[in-house]
Amino acid sequence: MITEELMDHLAWLARIKLTEDEKREFLRDLNRVLEFFNEIDKVNVEGVEPTTHTALLTNVLRDDVPRKPLPQAEVLYNAPEKENGYFKAPKIL
Amino acid sequence: MSVKAYRLEALEIVRNIKEGNLSITDVIEEFLERIERVEKKINAFITLRSKDELLQEAKIKDRLLKEGKARGLLFGLPIAIKDNISTRNLRTTCGSKILYNYIPPYDATVVKLLKEEGAIILGKTNMDEFAMGSSTETSFFGPTRNPWDLERVPGGSSGGSAAALASGEAPLALGSDTGGSVRAPASFTATVGLKPTYGLVSRYGLIAYANSLEQIGPMGRTVRDVALLLNVISKHDPYDGTSLKVKRPDYLESISKLYNLHRKVKIAVVKEMFEEGVSREVVAIVGSVVNKLVDEGFIVDEISIPIIKYALPTYYIIAMSEASSNLARYDGVRYGFRANVYGDWNEVFSETRGNGFGKEVKRRIIMGTFALSAGYFDQYYLKALKVRTLIIREFKKAFEKYSILISPTMPTPPFKLGEKIADPLAMYMSDIETVTANIVGIPAISIPAGFTKGKLPVGIQLMANYLKEDLLLTMAAFIEELTGLRNLIAEV
Amino acid sequence: MEKSDVKIGLEVHVQLTALKTKLFCSCPSDYRGKPPNTHVCPVCLGLPGALPVVNKKAIDYAIMVALALNSKINEKIIFFRKHYFYPDLPKNFQITQYDKAGGAPIALGGFLKINVNGKEKIIRIRRINIEEDPGKLVYPTGSIITSPYTLVDYNRSGIALLEIVTEPDMTSPAEARAFLNKLRSILEHLGVCNCELEGSMRADANISVAGGSRVEIKNIGSPKDVEKALAYEIVRQKQAISKGVTVKSETRHWDDLRKVTVPLRVKEEEQDYRYFPEADIPPIVVTRDYIEKIRKSMPELPDVRAKRFVKEYGLTEYEAQVLVMSKWLADFFEEALKYYSGKPRKLANILINDFLRWIHEKELEPNSIKAKPQHIAELLKLLDEKVISIKILKNILPEIIVQGKSPRKIILERNLVRISDRETIKKIVLEVFMEHKKSVHDALVNEKAVHYLIGQVMRKTKGKADPELTHEIVLEMLEKVRKGELKI
Repeated sequence: MITEELMDHLAWLARIKLTEDEKREFLRDLNRVLEFFNEIDKVNVEGVEPTTHTALLTNVLRDDVPRKPLPQAEVLYNAPEKENGYFKAPKIL
Repeated sequence: MSVKAYRLEALEIVRNIKEGNLSITDVIEEFLERIERVEKKINAFITLRSKDELLQEAKIKDRLLKEGKARGLLFGLPIAIKDNISTRNLRTTCGSKILYNYIPPYDATVVKLLKEEGAIILGKTNMDEFAMGSSTETSFFGPTRNPWDLERVPGGSSGGSAAALASGEAPLALGSDTGGSVRAPASFTATVGLKPTYGLVSRYGLIAYANSLEQIGPMGRTVRDVALLLNVISKHDPYDGTSLKVKRPDYLESISKLYNLHRKVKIAVVKEMFEEGVSREVVAIVGSVVNKLVDEGFIVDEISIPIIKYALPTYYIIAMSEASSNLARYDGVRYGFRANVYGDWNEVFSETRGNGFGKEVKRRIIMGTFALSAGYFDQYYLKALKVRTLIIREFKKAFEKYSILISPTMPTPPFKLGEKIADPLAMYMSDIETVTANIVGIPAISIPAGFTKGKLPVGIQLMANYLKEDLLLTMAAFIEELTGLRNLIAEV
Repeated sequence: MEKSDVKIGLEVHVQLTALKTKLFCSCPSDYRGKPPNTHVCPVCLGLPGALPVVNKKAIDYAIMVALALNSKINEKIIFFRKHYFYPDLPKNFQITQYDKAGGAPIALGGFLKINVNGKEKIIRIRRINIEEDPGKLVYPTGSIITSPYTLVDYNRSGIALLEIVTEPDMTSPAEARAFLNKLRSILEHLGVCNCELEGSMRADANISVAGGSRVEIKNIGSPKDVEKALAYEIVRQKQAISKGVTVKSETRHWDDLRKVTVPLRVKEEEQDYRYFPEADIPPIVVTRDYIEKIRKSMPELPDVRAKRFVKEYGLTEYEAQVLVMSKWLADFFEEALKYYSGKPRKLANILINDFLRWIHEKELEPNSIKAKPQHIAELLKLLDEKVISIKILKNILPEIIVQGKSPRKIILERNLVRISDRETIKKIVLEVFMEHKKSVHDALVNEKAVHYLIGQVMRKTKGKADPELTHEIVLEMLEKVRKGELKI
C-alpha cells in the first residue's frame, strides 16, 4: 500500500512538487499500478540471476585519445541562466 | 510524373531522383503542399523546418545531382524524425514542456548517418511525452490524430511519425520503440514499423526513457522501404557502449535472396497472445492472415508460453525504474524549462519538474523511484530483472524450434481519443503484445493485416531471434504480397 | 604505552591525472586553469541522449593501484548509478560502483604499510572503486551560506576518480597523515596521479573516540589538513565526553578558514541512493592473464625501491624510506648518484637533512625547485675535495635550490673557495692572536678558548678556512707562544 506519507517521500526523492489535486489523484492511481506490479509476486525466481543487459557484450572500451570538446557558447546556449561562462544555478542553502 | 511524389514509395522516389525523372525540388514542394493541406487536421509534427530552408537544401542537392556528385542511398529523400532523437540546431522536445525550447548542439548518430546518405530532414514528429504512452495523447503539443479516422488515436508513442507516413506527409520516418512504440502506431495506421535487435541501431542521441529496452526503429509504408532505412541506420557506433559489432547484411538484398527459402521457415503462434484482452475482430483479421500462410504451405504451430502473463508488469517495473533515473537530469540548470521561483536548489528543482513534466511522466517517475528505493528494490526491480531472465529463457527455447512467432500487434483496433487516457492501467494493457520483444531484446515488426468493418487498420506482428532481421523482413515482405496491403495512404 | 581509544578510517578520492581524457568521454582532462565549461561535451554535460563509454587506460590504472595495494581484483567490473540531486551532478546521478545487488567494486581488501615514529603498522584497505568526478560549484560571495545563487563549471565533471576506502585502523592523526603520504608516494611511483595538482587528492575521514559514535568529516582538501582536522575533532570529542555530553553520529564539514569542524547545515536526509546497474555500460571482464600483464609492466613501488636503496647503496632503512616518500626526491637521488661516485649515504644525508629540511621550511613546491641532480653531485665533490667546507655548503645550498646555479659558479661569484693554504691561514691566525691576546693566554690552559680562537679565524675568513687545518695551525702557534718562540 502506498500511503500519502510514502508518496510524499517518493516525490521528494524524485524532486517533483505535486499539487494537492495531483496528490489525491496519484494516490489512487499509484496504488492501482502497485497492484499491477504485485502480479509478479506469483513468479518463483529461486536461483534465477537478474538480466540487466540483453546484448551480451563485454569489454566495450575506448582509447585514451582526446577529442575536441564543445565550444563554450554551444555548451551554454540552452542555459536558462548563465553568467561569465558559468551556468547559474539556484542557491545551495 | 503523373502520380504525386508523396504517393510514391521511398524506393521509387529515390530511383526517380537518381534517374532524373524527378527533381528534388519538385519532391520537396509536393510534400510541403501535402503537409500544408493535411497537417492542421493531423498534428503529426512538433517542429517543421521552414519552407525556405527545405527548398534551399533541395536546390543545393539538385545541383550536386546535375554535377554527378549525388552520393547516398537516400539522396534527396525527405524524412520525418521522432522528436526524442537529437538533431543539431533543430529543436528537440520529446513532446514535453520541460524541453520545449531545447536546441541540441549535436546530431544523434542515426541522424548523422541519414545526412551522410543524402536524406533531407523535414522536421520532428509528435510523440507521447518522453515516449511514455501508447496513443500520442500525452504530448505537451497536443495529440496527433489517426489519418484513417480523425477521432481516433494513431497509436504511440511514435504516433507522429506513423501519422506522417499514413497521411502522405513523409515517405520514411524514424521512431523509437521501448515497449511497442514503433509497432503500435504502425498497426493503428496500416504502415510498417520495425523494432531492431537491441544493440543493432545506435542509441547515441536517442533521449532515454528506458535504456535497457529501447531501440530506434525504421518506419515506412512498405517492407522494402523499411529495409532500405534499416540499411542506413544499423551501423556499429563506438559512441554507444551497447552497440553490437557484428557485420550487418544488406537487408534489402536479403529480402530477394531469402525469398525462396521461406518455405523452410517454421512458424508458431503464441496462444497467450491471442487470448485475454484481445478483441475478437483483431483475432479474426490476424487469424485470416495466418490461414493464408497455412494455405501457402507453411507449418504453423500453436505454442504456449505461460510466463508471458507476467511480461507486462515486468516491463513496466523495469521501464519505470529506468525512467526515474534517466529523467533525473531535467532540473532547469543546463537546458530546458526552469520554474520561475526563487528558492534553494531543492525548491527550484521540485517546482521545475512538477511544472515541466506531464502527469503520466510524473506517475512513472514516482513509481520507478518506488521500485528502486530501499526496502522495495528486491521485491520489485530486482525481481522484475529475474522474471526477465525467465522470459528470455522461454523465448530461447521457442526459437530452438521455430524461426518466426506471430501475434496481433495491438489487442484492439485504434481506439477513440480520450477513451483510455483517463485510466493509466487501461492504456498499459495496449502493450500486452509488444513488450515481450523489448524485454527479450529480439527484433519484431508490424505490418498491415487488414481493416475492420469500420475501416480501421489492424496490424500483425512477427518476431524472430536475435539478429534475424533479414528473415523477419523477408517473411514480412512475403505476407505483404499475400495481403496486397502496401503503400497505403489515407484520404484525409 | 596506553592503547589509543581513537579509531580513524579514511575515504580517499584520487584523480587519475595521468589520463589524457575523462572516464566516460574523450574530453581532454587538463582542465585546471581553463575558462569554465570549455572542457565539456554532450556526455560529461549529461545532455539528453548522450552515452558513456569507458576509458580503457582508466581500468588499467585502477588495476595497477589495486595490485600495489595488495587488493583482490574482481573478475567482472560493473558500473552502477548512484542517485542524488545536486547542481554539480549533470545527470543527477553519479556512475560509480556498488558492493550489493550483484555489483562489486573493482577490488576488495588489501593493505599498505606505514611507519610512524619508527613503528611500522599495517592499514587495511576495505575497497577500491572507480567513478566519475562531479563539476565544480563556485559561490559568488565566497561562502556557501551567503551566496544568492551558485555558479557551475562542468570542466571537472566526468574526470576519472579512484575511491579508496580504509578500515578504521588508524589511531592518530599522525597515522592518517602517514597513510596519505604513503598512498601518495605509491600513486606517484605508479605514475597514475600527480598528487601535487590542486584537488587531485581529497579525503573524508571517519572518527570515533572511546568507542563512541562515528563522526564523518567532509571537505578536507589536502593530506596536511587531514591531520589538523582530525586533531581538532579528537579534542572536540574528548572535551564533550569529559563534560558528559554524548557525541552524536553526524557529518561535519571542515572549515579551512577557521580551522574547525562544523555540523553540516544542510540536513542529511536519509540518503536513499537507489543504486542500480548502469545499463549503458556492459560488464568489463578482467582475466588473470590480463592482470599478470599489468603486474609485469608496473613501475617500481616505493617499498621495493626502499629495499633496493638499502641493498644497493647501503642506506639505512630510515634514510631509504624518507627518500622514497616523494618520488621526485628518490628520482633526484638516483640521478645525482650517476654524477657522484662517492658515498651514497653522504648524498642521502645532504638530501634528507639540509636539502629537504630547507625546502619544507620554505614550503617550496617540487616544481619550483631549480636545483638539478648534477648540482648536488658537484656540491658533494667540492666538499670531498675540500674546496669548500660543510658550512659553505649549507650556505650556498639555498641559492642552488632556488636559482639552479651550479655550485662552482656560486663559489666563484661569491669568492667562497676554501682556504687551505698554510701560509694564508698562519697569517690570519696571527692576526686573530693579536686581536684577542687575553684569549690566547686563556687558550694555553682552557680548551674552550682554543675553540673560541678557531671560531674567530672562521669568522675572519667568512667560513672559508679549512677547519681542520686551522685547528692544527692554532695549536701549533699556541705551542710556539707557550715556548716563547712567538711573542703576543
